[in-house]
Amino acid sequence: MTVRILRPLLLLPVFGLLSGCNMVLMQPSGDIAMRQRDLILASTGLMLLIIIPVIAATLFFAWRYRASNKAATYDPDWHHSTHLEVLIWSAPLVIVIALGALTWISTHTLDPYRPLSRLDASRPLPKDVKPLVVEVVALDWKWLFFYPDQGIATVNEIAAPVDVPITFKITAATVMNSFFIPALAGQIYAMPGMETKLHAVINKPGTFEGMSANYSGSGFSRMNFRFVGLDQAGFDAWVAKAKAADKPLSRDAYLELERPSEREPVTFYSSVDPGLYGRVLNMCAVPGKMCMHEMMAIDAKGGAGKDSHANRARLEYDNRYAERGDEGNAATVGGSGRSSHSPEQPQGMKPKSTAPEVKPHSGSDHSGHDHSGHATGAGDAAPAGDGTKSDGPGGTDPVAPGQLNK
Amino acid sequence: MFSNPDLQKLLFGRLTLDAVPLHEPILLVTFAMVGLGGLVVLGGLTYFRLWGPLWRDWFTSVDHKKIGIMYIVLALVMLLRGFADALMMRAQQAMAFGANEGYLPPHHYDQIFTAHGVIMIFFVAMPLVTGLMNYVVPLQIGARDVAFPFLNNFSFWMTVSGALTVMASLFVGEFARTGWLAYPPLSGPAMSPGVGVDYYIWALQIAGIGTLLSGINLIATIVKMRAPGMSMMRMPIFTWTSLCTNILIVAAFPVLTAVLSMLSLDRYVGTHFFSNDLGGNPMMYVNLVWIWGHPEVYILILPAFGVFSEIVATFSRKRLFGYASMVYATVVITILSYLVWLHHFFTMGSGASVNSFFGITTMIISIPTGAKIFNWLFTMYRGRIDFDVPMLWTVGFMVTFTVGGMTGVLLAVPPADFVLHNSLFLVAHFHNVIIGGVLFGMLAGITYWFPKAFGYKLDPFWGKTSFWFWLTGFWFAFMPLYILGLMGVTRRVQHFDDPSLQIWFVIAAFGAFLILLGIASFIVTLVVSFLRREELRDLTGDPWNGRTLEWATSSPPPDYNFAFTPVVHDHDAWWDMKKRGYVRPVSGFNKIHMPRSTAAGIILGMLSIVFSFAMIWYIWWLAALSFVALAVVTIGHTFNYARDFYIPVDEVVRTENARTALLAERV
Repeated sequence: MTVRILRPLLLLPVFGLLSGCNMVLMQPSGDIAMRQRDLILASTGLMLLIIIPVIAATLFFAWRYRASNKAATYDPDWHHSTHLEVLIWSAPLVIVIALGALTWISTHTLDPYRPLSRLDASRPLPKDVKPLVVEVVALDWKWLFFYPDQGIATVNEIAAPVDVPITFKITAATVMNSFFIPALAGQIYAMPGMETKLHAVINKPGTFEGMSANYSGSGFSRMNFRFVGLDQAGFDAWVAKAKAADKPLSRDAYLELERPSEREPVTFYSSVDPGLYGRVLNMCAVPGKMCMHEMMAIDAKGGAGKDSHANRARLEYDNRYAERGDEGNAATVGGSGRSSHSPEQPQGMKPKSTAPEVKPHSGSDHSGHDHSGHATGAGDAAPAGDGTKSDGPGGTDPVAPGQLNK
Repeated sequence: MFSNPDLQKLLFGRLTLDAVPLHEPILLVTFAMVGLGGLVVLGGLTYFRLWGPLWRDWFTSVDHKKIGIMYIVLALVMLLRGFADALMMRAQQAMAFGANEGYLPPHHYDQIFTAHGVIMIFFVAMPLVTGLMNYVVPLQIGARDVAFPFLNNFSFWMTVSGALTVMASLFVGEFARTGWLAYPPLSGPAMSPGVGVDYYIWALQIAGIGTLLSGINLIATIVKMRAPGMSMMRMPIFTWTSLCTNILIVAAFPVLTAVLSMLSLDRYVGTHFFSNDLGGNPMMYVNLVWIWGHPEVYILILPAFGVFSEIVATFSRKRLFGYASMVYATVVITILSYLVWLHHFFTMGSGASVNSFFGITTMIISIPTGAKIFNWLFTMYRGRIDFDVPMLWTVGFMVTFTVGGMTGVLLAVPPADFVLHNSLFLVAHFHNVIIGGVLFGMLAGITYWFPKAFGYKLDPFWGKTSFWFWLTGFWFAFMPLYILGLMGVTRRVQHFDDPSLQIWFVIAAFGAFLILLGIASFIVTLVVSFLRREELRDLTGDPWNGRTLEWATSSPPPDYNFAFTPVVHDHDAWWDMKKRGYVRPVSGFNKIHMPRSTAAGIILGMLSIVFSFAMIWYIWWLAALSFVALAVVTIGHTFNYARDFYIPVDEVVRTENARTALLAERV
């Protein structure tokens, strides 16, 4: 028995470890995430009211009514008690009513679509504040951010001034991703042809991690970005830096950027083709395509009937990877151009240090592909973190693998 | 291979030699192991001349007991595969930090986490549950077999076909890289060209047919074939939970079949159900797949609840507390499980009212679940608890599952879910309820009913060893994942940059190693118990002093289960019979009407593999041929009128007299 009593002590070193790690969800830097943390703690507390007694009673009853304890009452026919029945149904019910009320209120106040009503617990939203608008596009496998009011765009880095509400408008180019900055606010899916929204505010300056939280294919693990909280002056300087980049984001540049690649270095675009985000959202960034909102306008007027067949090719969207010869995000043998379980990296992935980059036709020489994960040699492959932009396989890959299930 | 590519394409579709992974060392070793193991098994079968008995007594058998055992054998074999995937993932995540890329490139790692999920849910948990229900339910209700014995055999072989299809992807081609639910557009033809998703679709479709038919079968069995006197409110709780589970199966699996059919149409003929363009809507897939997927969770857990209810009453030597509220709780869970699916995607952009509705319905499920926990608790109260291995699993479950339930309710709060969704916290949660609930329940059930099936108990020392390794392994493997989730780490990541996370993954890998020891101990239990079977032998048929009808017959039961159909007067029918001084009849036997074995099930199952393989690789002639063959065998089987036979009265008398003699010897 002493063993069982002492067992909790074994947990002590765990708490030691916990204090050493950065539980970002427990120490966030934005008000929304902070309120989500408070909600997690409150709900957990409410539930522990019932969970702890249940676990304690389980262990106690198991010990108390063990067969060898003849001193304990034994009542083999006792199987019903209206009082207890009422208690066991109503105790969880009371907790769930409390939790349900908390859920209803918090889900509405923390609805990602709802504009903010405060900066943090002590400060209401100033009257005349204008939120910073950021349009987010999840690409394979990097993030593109448009700043419509500033006229700039960036890849894999967002900045925002501290204590200014941010309105994110979120979409994706090919597959579903999830836009998530744990220190700032909860996540929301990024989906092609659709726009989701997120309102948030950062309260502390600093650099925070952002990521895709929804698996999206080969380069998903390296689809991270930086979120930087700056004071107003710092933010203005950051915008100025982007403007000074002297690199416009044209439609062509976008279409090149859209092709699969991972670990893209932070890139600034000094200007953006007007309406580019709208074209991405409406799946008509490729010249000659019909925008979804145009099609919807036709439909709203009753549709074009049989004539709409003529628009079909202009509305096709998912086939553009195949048309360009790019590999699908999750292609497998029969559609990937690689042999089964080949050590060759999928298209768009940075080559591993010792793995063959191009499809090995020489066969047996390649049996020993990288299993040890050697540190990368200089210039051999992009090291972890932000390297300089290397050409990646796009520059050296002679043939893009074939595509569709043909 | 062929000078004429058109001819090759005609004959082999898109199957080429490239599809066989000859340069992947992990797979070559697996090949060699499977090949060697297969040779040993085949050689052994031939040497001991077991082919005939295996075919006659098992593969073609329509006996629910044998089919139940075969389901469980399938599940245990697939558990080894699914767990190998788990170990590979844990090893990869424990080492892939910074400059170290680990040993699995992303496109292998992606297949492994997809296969792990698919195998563990469809080919481990489902066969365990179906197998246990198959074995126990007819015995518990005093029936001689299920309602449709041939259908039962056919269902089993369809499940095997699905499992073999998944396994084939390891050796010919690749498996899906989409995650276990294959969300489009990622799983669509544009983003997942190749055979991976097609393997996924066909494996699930074929196994799904088996599951659906077995659900219909068990519902009919429970509704129509209960012993006289066993009203609905006198059914054992395990039978109740089985009934509810099978109702869920019959109502939910067609949704999966439909949604996968639409995905196949997108992939094979270019429809646009779930594409981004031309009117497709991927969100529809997500909704539909979870309308199946959430009931699926309860399909798995309800029978486990039933197992625990039987065990806790038996080993507390006490009638189950609150039978009626247990039944109502089960029924309420069954209904509510259809009203919560949206909680799997609060982050997809629904409005606050919709999200809170589904969040609150989810929380409401915790009320009947909580009531169940309390009922087990008060069954232990004032009992005389024997801590045999099944009871250890039960107490381990009550503690572990409660924690998993709590984190589940936490995830049901939408704003909390926004930060925890798709994180390792979520991964820890569902492993907490599936391992701590379903798996503990199934292992408890196997240990509990093993003496019924084989006539000897499982070795308690190794059983306890296995339990403690599983329990501690579980906590070591998944508590770090809860913490990592709170650190903002998401699931399905193959490589990390932040070295401070590594320690937690190492702890988790250690936990997985402990679980490995738990699985190994379980296998040792089986072997040691077989070797010591004479010492562990139970001649009474009632080794645990049981309460329900399955303990009234011999262990293992005769083919016909009960020579005379028992008559039920109370809950816990066998306990009641014992209390009232039941005397086993020793004369007056009659011939017994039984279903006859048939090979149609295994033939249809094997043809289904050929058909799915041909569809996956676009070998159209073979697909057409095997489809025609399927139709011919199916129709042909309807002309098989030799469906039944009578066990002659002499044989019944002989069997029953042998048991009479055995029981007399004991006294």
